[in-house]
Amino acid sequence: MGTRTKISAEEIVEKISHLCMDVNFQVSDDVLDALKNSREAEASSVAKEVFADLLENAKIARECQMPICQDTGVAVVFVELGEDVEITGGRLYDAIHNGVRRGYKEGYLRKSMVANPLKRVNTGDNTPAIIHTELIPGNYIRITFMAKGGGCENMSRIAMLTPADGREGVINFVVETVRIAKANPCPPIIVGVGIGGTFDYAALLAKKSLLRPLGIGHRDPDTDCLEKEMLERVNNLGVGAQGLGGSVTALGVHVEWSPCHIASLPVAVNIECHAHRVKTVVLGI
Amino acid sequence: MSNIIHIKTPLMDDTTANLRIGNRVLISGIIYTARDAAHQRLVELAGQGKKLPFDVRNQIIYYVGPSPARPGRPIGSCGPTTSYRMDVYTPQLLAMGLKATIGKGNRSDRVIEAMKQYKAVYFVATGGAAALLAKRVKGADVIAYQDLGTEAIMRLEVEDFPVVVANDIYGNDLFREGMVKYQNR
Repeated sequence: MGTRTKISAEEIVEKISHLCMDVNFQVSDDVLDALKNSREAEASSVAKEVFADLLENAKIARECQMPICQDTGVAVVFVELGEDVEITGGRLYDAIHNGVRRGYKEGYLRKSMVANPLKRVNTGDNTPAIIHTELIPGNYIRITFMAKGGGCENMSRIAMLTPADGREGVINFVVETVRIAKANPCPPIIVGVGIGGTFDYAALLAKKSLLRPLGIGHRDPDTDCLEKEMLERVNNLGVGAQGLGGSVTALGVHVEWSPCHIASLPVAVNIECHAHRVKTVVLGI
Repeated sequence: MSNIIHIKTPLMDDTTANLRIGNRVLISGIIYTARDAAHQRLVELAGQGKKLPFDVRNQIIYYVGPSPARPGRPIGSCGPTTSYRMDVYTPQLLAMGLKATIGKGNRSDRVIEAMKQYKAVYFVATGGAAALLAKRVKGADVIAYQDLGTEAIMRLEVEDFPVVVANDIYGNDLFREGMVKYQNR
């Protein structure tokens, strides 16, 4: 019988709180590269100015330890929990919520959660986090933190297509989602697409697809091809940075798919903005 | 690179008459923040014939919910929030003399018509450039609805706050024109 690795709840709290601040103050390298490349490739002079602003903003945010965007997002936490891990001194989910509470307080981040979607009273501490957990073999925990803004999230859509709608139907749904979103999700955007599974699983796949770094294609050649085709179609819309018109509307399109029912073709489109605050830590190794 | 226009608040009709879509503008003076919840309260007050927390005539409203300020700084990060959510409230405020709004994203046809009628403009600030925009805010005071937290109405003192004219008083729309130009390239 293998030994179980002990990981303390307090260590999880501390790591989560740092993740909250790190993602909000520092734009990741893959996004910075994508913004620089877009500024070069962009045909519209108005849009070029927007890309320049975003790069300048990233510099100021990092130097002054200020959020890159005032919407510091809902805390979405993906946990890959090793089956040989034992968490001590507290419960995993409590530790995650406490880490968010601490990070959003110490980082002067905005508290943007309401306890009840209809009554709408602010929780005051940006909890609860939205947590997705998977069990994996091993004696470590991998935690991926995503601060997800409300504006881009609001432009996400899901549809239960029919199998007859096929590949073209899926592409059309994705492109139409970006078209009707216009400036609202704060372009340039990143498009996460989930295909297959069930109604709920397609949406989860769409969000998980956003965790892959920009500039890395899909491991499956057909899916890689599909991503590139969708990206071209989306950029042909001409929405542009901030919706003011331009040749770069999306920095990338990512697709994840899953087996599904013989009668179904679920497609979920999760829109992400250029803040794209995602970071991973591993505990126990 | 187009010329940059410097304007000072309060915003008068002769200034808005000279603005055209696409103009890059730097605003100095006082602007007021308000978003969803505050607009709901303002419009309710107006409907009851009561006085608003501030006189909107010739003023500018900025749609924003800032992040908390670190000690020693006037404001946290403060980029624009999406304007369409305030569309339903805006025509009434324009009728009361509001001269400009700042946000991101396009406005509805009804708001565009109202801006034409009341000679008001709509500016966009760069969404996601929240730290950069915060640097142009020199002072910030809550003047109403403290209970709304980040959605409280604040009076901001700004210096060279960078915006672009998205709708002018002549009914032109930068979003409509921009997207058409870059479609199917």
